Amino acid sequence: MNSTGFPLLSLIVFLPLLGAVLVLLLGRRSHAGIRAVALAVTLIVLGLSLAAAALFRPAEAGIQLAEQAPWIPSLGISYRLGVDGFSLFLLPLTALLFVIAVLASWKPVGSDEASRSAVQSYFFWLLLLETGVLGVFAALDLVLFYVFWEAMLIPMYFLIGRWGGERRAYATMKFFIYTMAGSALMLVAILALGYFAYQSTGAWTFDWQTLRELKLAWPAPLWLFAMFGLAFAVKVPVFPFHTWLPDAYVEAPTPVTVLLAGVLSKMGVYGFVRFGLQLFPEGLRAAAPWLAVLAIIGILYASLSALMQKDVKRVIAYSSVAHLSLVVLGVVVANAQSLAGVVMQMVSHGIYVAALFLIVGMLEERRGTRLIAEFGGLWKPAPLLGVCFLIAMLGAVGLPGLNGFVGEFLILVGVFQGVRVYAVLAALGMILGAWYMLWTFQRIMQGPVEARSAGAADMRGMDLLVMVPLLVLIIVLGVFPNLILVPAGATINALVSQAAAVAWLP
Amino acid sequence: MNIADVQIVSILPQTLLLAAALVVFLADLVWKDRKGIGLLALAGVLATFVATVVMLAGPGVPTFQHMAAADRFALVISLVMSAAAVLAVLVSLDYIVRVDLPAGEYYGLLLLAASGMMFLGAATHLMTLFLSLEILSIALYALAGIRTTDIRAGEAALKYFLLGAFASAFLLYGMALLYGATGTTSLAGIAAAVPSVQTDPMLIAGLALLLIGFAFKVAAVPFHMWTPDVYQGAPSSVTAFMSVGAKAAGFAALVRVLVAVFPTLYAWWVWPVGVLAVLTMTWGNLAALAQGNVKRMLAYSSIAHAGYILVGVAAGEAGVSGVLFYLMAYALMNIGAFAVLIALERAEEDAAGVELERMRGLFHRRPWLAAAMTVFMFSLAGMPPLAGFFGKLYVFSAAVRSGLLVLAIIGVINSVISAYYYLRVVARMALAAPAEEAEPARCPALTIGTGIAAVGTVLLGIYPTWLLNLVQGTLAVLFGG
Repeated sequence: MNSTGFPLLSLIVFLPLLGAVLVLLLGRRSHAGIRAVALAVTLIVLGLSLAAAALFRPAEAGIQLAEQAPWIPSLGISYRLGVDGFSLFLLPLTALLFVIAVLASWKPVGSDEASRSAVQSYFFWLLLLETGVLGVFAALDLVLFYVFWEAMLIPMYFLIGRWGGERRAYATMKFFIYTMAGSALMLVAILALGYFAYQSTGAWTFDWQTLRELKLAWPAPLWLFAMFGLAFAVKVPVFPFHTWLPDAYVEAPTPVTVLLAGVLSKMGVYGFVRFGLQLFPEGLRAAAPWLAVLAIIGILYASLSALMQKDVKRVIAYSSVAHLSLVVLGVVVANAQSLAGVVMQMVSHGIYVAALFLIVGMLEERRGTRLIAEFGGLWKPAPLLGVCFLIAMLGAVGLPGLNGFVGEFLILVGVFQGVRVYAVLAALGMILGAWYMLWTFQRIMQGPVEARSAGAADMRGMDLLVMVPLLVLIIVLGVFPNLILVPAGATINALVSQAAAVAWLP
Repeated sequence: MNIADVQIVSILPQTLLLAAALVVFLADLVWKDRKGIGLLALAGVLATFVATVVMLAGPGVPTFQHMAAADRFALVISLVMSAAAVLAVLVSLDYIVRVDLPAGEYYGLLLLAASGMMFLGAATHLMTLFLSLEILSIALYALAGIRTTDIRAGEAALKYFLLGAFASAFLLYGMALLYGATGTTSLAGIAAAVPSVQTDPMLIAGLALLLIGFAFKVAAVPFHMWTPDVYQGAPSSVTAFMSVGAKAAGFAALVRVLVAVFPTLYAWWVWPVGVLAVLTMTWGNLAALAQGNVKRMLAYSSIAHAGYILVGVAAGEAGVSGVLFYLMAYALMNIGAFAVLIALERAEEDAAGVELERMRGLFHRRPWLAAAMTVFMFSLAGMPPLAGFFGKLYVFSAAVRSGLLVLAIIGVINSVISAYYYLRVVARMALAAPAEEAEPARCPALTIGTGIAAVGTVLLGIYPTWLLNLVQGTLAVLFGG
């Protein structure tokens, strides 16, 4: 129960679960009813998460809207939820992208008849996934966090595996095993941490707040961080743990790719801050040079890979790796500018990458292919699609005035203050980013009209409905970044002073 | 001796099962209705279940002549056992008619075996320990070979019998040495004598032989060679019960002997148990990866789960409640998984168990059956928020607490390996196109059994506290006064 006496976060987290049960109770054939329930539930969750943001007191750095209840007292495991300025915006972002995903699933999803008609199970898993993701961002008990973190794999497994593309069975197995392997050691680290608490206080606890105050003897922070960090590095993903990503992103159906890139990738970055920087600052500091190098390799390698892809979905997938590697670099440098950039970029990237993957979906829908070479001059028959693609793409390359610019710029400034050579290399990645994005756009939208594109339909109805909110946010957050930076300010300052206390990078 | 002093109430669940077994044997002489006899057996196991629950809720009862305890540890084992027996009877009702098994022998032996398992969980004396082990083993040898027309079942029974007898010999030899070293056959007496004869080679040798005997019974690597063939050859309902019940009974006795009798020798037995745990988890999982037959895969997976439970045993005192929780979780999810196989199994061509390819597209044909199987597979793989996850969480946390971090790490890595073969089943059911297949069996009892197991697996995951409270502090009363 929180100070307001109303379990707002619990409601946000578990309402989708309730929706999933409702979907099961509706008849298999009542597709319209199922969609309506899913849309209503995701919209209510969006409203509630905005209410949570409104209730949040920006001047305070600590956890707010906290709730707690005993769960498994014999092991010190409890049910604890809460948000701070860092995680606050991840809830509305998640809620919004799920609304978008539901709308984008209005037309049957899937590559064969059996999966297209399985509307009920599709929305069941989608709503279950929402509970999992929101739970990850809100959980403040380590075991509860792990439960959400792992449980989320189950709906994802089905969403990719049943409604994905040609190689969906392979992609979903790879995704599942890879992420599960990454987080296996995290469970041991969580148990070890609970045991350390038991040693020093005489009682097992997995409460994040209590564990923060635990004094750990070196080198425990380092190996604990390494065990947690592996899970997050796979999830982001950080080079060289990224190989599951192109397969999963490309094989997943468009709405699911939107969620994978938009919110699930943020879970890794969120973990690096919440359980890396905030729990084991010494561990993160010791690992920082290595992580920074991996992040920079990730930026350059993924950018170069994006440049060479023939499939537009793979271009966006690799661009996502590059952009998130920059965010990880921002976490590692951990100064005021870079962390502000991280908070900003997590939301921004979620929005523009969602828009980009939706556009890829629309391109594929119109032409039945994603090969860039098969397109050309699409602007002529579909100018609205072209404009939307342009805005989203410019947001992604960081055009000033659009949302991608603020986060990238802040991170680069922060990194420059930390280690200059990192900033130079990272900026090189940004240049490559502009190159592959603009080049992709040019090959698809401009030039002579490809004969088979001539009759392509423009965006209308539902296409516009899913796209417009994202484009509006790309512009609004680009012009008014303080909408996010001000409420997160106090938390960012607290993070910076915590990082500074352990003498961060030179 | 006054009849009131016999304290028969402390072995009430076991007695009820024995009585039910006799009733079933007798009824079989005059009544040829296989379903009816099954319902008789069901009534017996349900009564046992209720008696166990009542005894768990009530005040403690004294030991039975210092031979068998009715402490919380024994009662929780009885709870696991009677739950497993209820599920096993439920899934058998229709199955034994379908595959044409003799009802009287089948249910009678099943109840006898269950009673032996419960006695083993309660044994506080080397004599009861050995006798109950033999009751359960002999009943299971016969059950494994009950399909007399199938040569594979004959092989399974013979193999089980030979290796089981071998294991019994090890146990008996170990017990003799323990008696030689301490001069008593009561566990409490041995426990009291151990500190004074700690380094006696006879005691250590006795302990080692006992450990080997139990390792055979719980199918720990490298004493597991009988398991895959026996589990595959025996009728599926027998395998379901055997893989859960015999394992739980073996672990109950192992924990009682190691943790309660030899706590002072912890440093001696933690290493062999830890090594057994690593070998058992790893080999079980690696071998399961290669199986194309779901029944045989579950046999290897059952070896792997014995390995996870051994991690809890190696944790010593801290691991006792984890082991009990794990046994309950495993009973639900494993019998559940077998129940689904039983629904799919056809008398003729599936004598060796259901092949993986037969699961194709089950989600399209029988969505709820497939959903239940999905729950069992994810739970066996240790995915939250299901019972299997909390079982692992509990034993691994005990391992961490006892300083066996390495065991916990090897355990979680094994969980990842296991996810691959469990997921293959889910993938066949959910992601593959349906094959042209006969309709899986529909039978109310089977549905109820599968449903109970699935709901239990989910509930034990979401709200494990009730069982955890039950298994907490079982060690304090391990001898039942």
